[in-house]
Amino acid sequence: MFEKALKGNNYYWMWLAFLGFFIAIAAVCYLRQYFYGLGLTGMSRDVSWGLYISQFTFLVGVAAGGVMLVLPYYIHDYKAFGRITILGEFLAISALLMCLMFIMADLGQPLRGLNVMLYPTPGSMLFWDMCVLWGYLILNALCGWVILTAERKGVHPPKWIYFFVYLSIPFAFSIHTVTAMLYCGLPGRHFWLSAIIAPRFLASAFAAGPALIVVIALILKRVANFDAGKEALNKMVTIIIYAALANMFFVGLEFFVGFYSNIPGHMHTLQYLFFGLEHHGHVYNNLVPFMWGFVVLFFVGMTLLVHPYTRKQSDLWLGIGCASIFFAFWLDKGIGFVLGGFVPTPTEEIVEYIPTMNELFITIGIWATGFFILTVLYKIAIDVEHEMEA
Amino acid sequence: MYDSGKIIPGLIIFVLFITIPIWYNRGAAGSVPKPVLPKDAKVCVLPAAEIRAQHMVLLNTWRDEVLRTGDRGTFELEGKQYKKSLMMTCMKCHTSKKQFCDTCHTYSSVKPYCWDCHIAPVE
Amino acid sequence: MDKNRRNFLKVAGISTLAGLGGTAVVDRLVAGSSLAHASAAAGPKVDQTEGSKGHGEQKSLSGNRYGMVIDIKKFQQDPSLGEKIVSACHSTHNVPQFPEKKDEIKWIWMTHFENAFPQNSNLYRDAANQKHQLPILCNHCDQPPCVRACPTKATFKNKDGIIMMDYHRCIGCRFCMAACPYGSRSFNWRDPEKFVQNANHVYPRRMRGVVEKCNFCDERVGEGKQPACVEACGESKAIVFGNLNDPNSEIRKMLNENHTIQRNPALGTLPSVFYIV
Repeated sequence: MFEKALKGNNYYWMWLAFLGFFIAIAAVCYLRQYFYGLGLTGMSRDVSWGLYISQFTFLVGVAAGGVMLVLPYYIHDYKAFGRITILGEFLAISALLMCLMFIMADLGQPLRGLNVMLYPTPGSMLFWDMCVLWGYLILNALCGWVILTAERKGVHPPKWIYFFVYLSIPFAFSIHTVTAMLYCGLPGRHFWLSAIIAPRFLASAFAAGPALIVVIALILKRVANFDAGKEALNKMVTIIIYAALANMFFVGLEFFVGFYSNIPGHMHTLQYLFFGLEHHGHVYNNLVPFMWGFVVLFFVGMTLLVHPYTRKQSDLWLGIGCASIFFAFWLDKGIGFVLGGFVPTPTEEIVEYIPTMNELFITIGIWATGFFILTVLYKIAIDVEHEMEA
Repeated sequence: MYDSGKIIPGLIIFVLFITIPIWYNRGAAGSVPKPVLPKDAKVCVLPAAEIRAQHMVLLNTWRDEVLRTGDRGTFELEGKQYKKSLMMTCMKCHTSKKQFCDTCHTYSSVKPYCWDCHIAPVE
Repeated sequence: MDKNRRNFLKVAGISTLAGLGGTAVVDRLVAGSSLAHASAAAGPKVDQTEGSKGHGEQKSLSGNRYGMVIDIKKFQQDPSLGEKIVSACHSTHNVPQFPEKKDEIKWIWMTHFENAFPQNSNLYRDAANQKHQLPILCNHCDQPPCVRACPTKATFKNKDGIIMMDYHRCIGCRFCMAACPYGSRSFNWRDPEKFVQNANHVYPRRMRGVVEKCNFCDERVGEGKQPACVEACGESKAIVFGNLNDPNSEIRKMLNENHTIQRNPALGTLPSVFYIV
């Protein structure tokens, strides 16, 4: 089926070339980092995880978000999702590949990565994260490919595949739960040490993942003559609204616990993220614009999504609404959550993190690689659809 | 043959390309390395053939015993006690990394990462 | 036919679960037995009933558990002591000095009371503690969060209760740095080779891309010597090092005679470093 990715119109190739440009820059930047060390990033002993790990965390959510299509279709037999389930599965594949690339970019000794398997350590959440991420990647690749092949041949998928389809559902939940456990099991990092992290991660994932799929579906409708169907999009918007509200509810709970209990450790990071934190006469507030961007985009997106006109009449405004939700939660989880957790340091000092250009280009390049893979996979899936219709 | 004008030069380029190691190193690869052995020490911790083949395994074993198991016990060789240590045992006799370690490692094109951290004797 | 398939799915499902969980169980068993082995093989015999005193450790009753008592008053009386112990440690272990703060690596360093003990905040701190600094280093916890987090066992608790780093195995994921509630760990953001002045030729450097921290001078203690920082204190007894599991040790005597505090004990990490305030 790969031959379908090799035939496309000019726009297809221009888009791939555009992404390829950023991939090439990132490759050069990564080589620089590989030979110099992670000192080329803005990270320090006090903020020891930066953009790479925060993007990883967010993208695990995007991957898990695909299950919001798989679950209604396969468990509840919700037929309207039939055409776009494959979009969810293929989005999960490219998001997971981005996750793995971000992990590799973040390792100080990337060539020793296999040590995680050579010396398996069940006590470490990173070990389990590796297991579930690879598991979910393989499951999605397997299910997506087998079902698409069957569709192309015009036959029903083999029965055995459903075992793996059903298995992929708990795996989707587990990838983001285990990713949350990377953070919420660490003593001494108050902002992360919260039982609400895993549910909050899942809620924002189930909003951001489907939001991205809606945006992509609307684009595909224009450029690839692929209509996901009004009913499917409408149902997805409903899912996005409830999941996004749940996320904001959980964020609100964090505020209540911190500020009502008045425990300094529980308030510091929230203060730092949203209002700026004063320390020895200096106010540290690098992340404040990002966090208010998150809040504003959430309300913009939510207003657009709940308005009947946007949902029923206007693809453009629907797309903008979903994109707002996606970017809002990217700012929340892909920027604020990880970077904020390191402030203040265990010794009550404040060190701020500013990514370097080299680091930014690698980050952009990995995103571009993910979208490159996504484009190729979607091209295959949609061409198969078109072939069936013809 | 169709397109022989393209195929034959292509084949030649291909053959030249995959034989790079042979003609790039012509002559240079021939000389067998002669590591300089220590003058005053007569025995090594293992017989020559064994240490030649197994020194990296031995170093890993020592490393794991000392670092991970915490077993810093010494071993005896001709009445003298020795530590399980690259820097404090091996390099005490083999005082020159360049003339001992590097000769074979360069020849066989291996780059052990020992020297990223462990400090070679001053030469 | 359908029945067969259902049976197959059952078996497949159960064996998948067993495969996932089984490795964990096996690993636990192996880890457990090696731990038992290590503590059985460890040095001097100690009174089994003693451990319940002191700071509530239940484990590692047999075997050593090294610890440290730091007398803050001594560091206030002699302000030059701090500089001495830091440079003794850093030169012994070839800790690099980088020009940029961002790359900083440190094993032991002097800091203010409110930074070392943010949980003991007090508006009206005594003059001496406001003015002077005290040393902080890895606490070599009995329940170390960094060891729990490490995905490769590159950092581990050795038979003497010292939290060790295996620089050969570390993949540089920095999970341990996020897990350490004391900020004791540093990362080699770039190759440290050029930034080690006057290298100590009996101890290695580190390589780029691995995490490092205080090792309680395991290489010296293993040979019966005192840690470098303790030695640098001379006769002042500003730092006393010893076996916490030996009731007759000097450190236990110190703990008995003085009121000591630990850094953030509420986290249940059971630090092995104690401070006389």
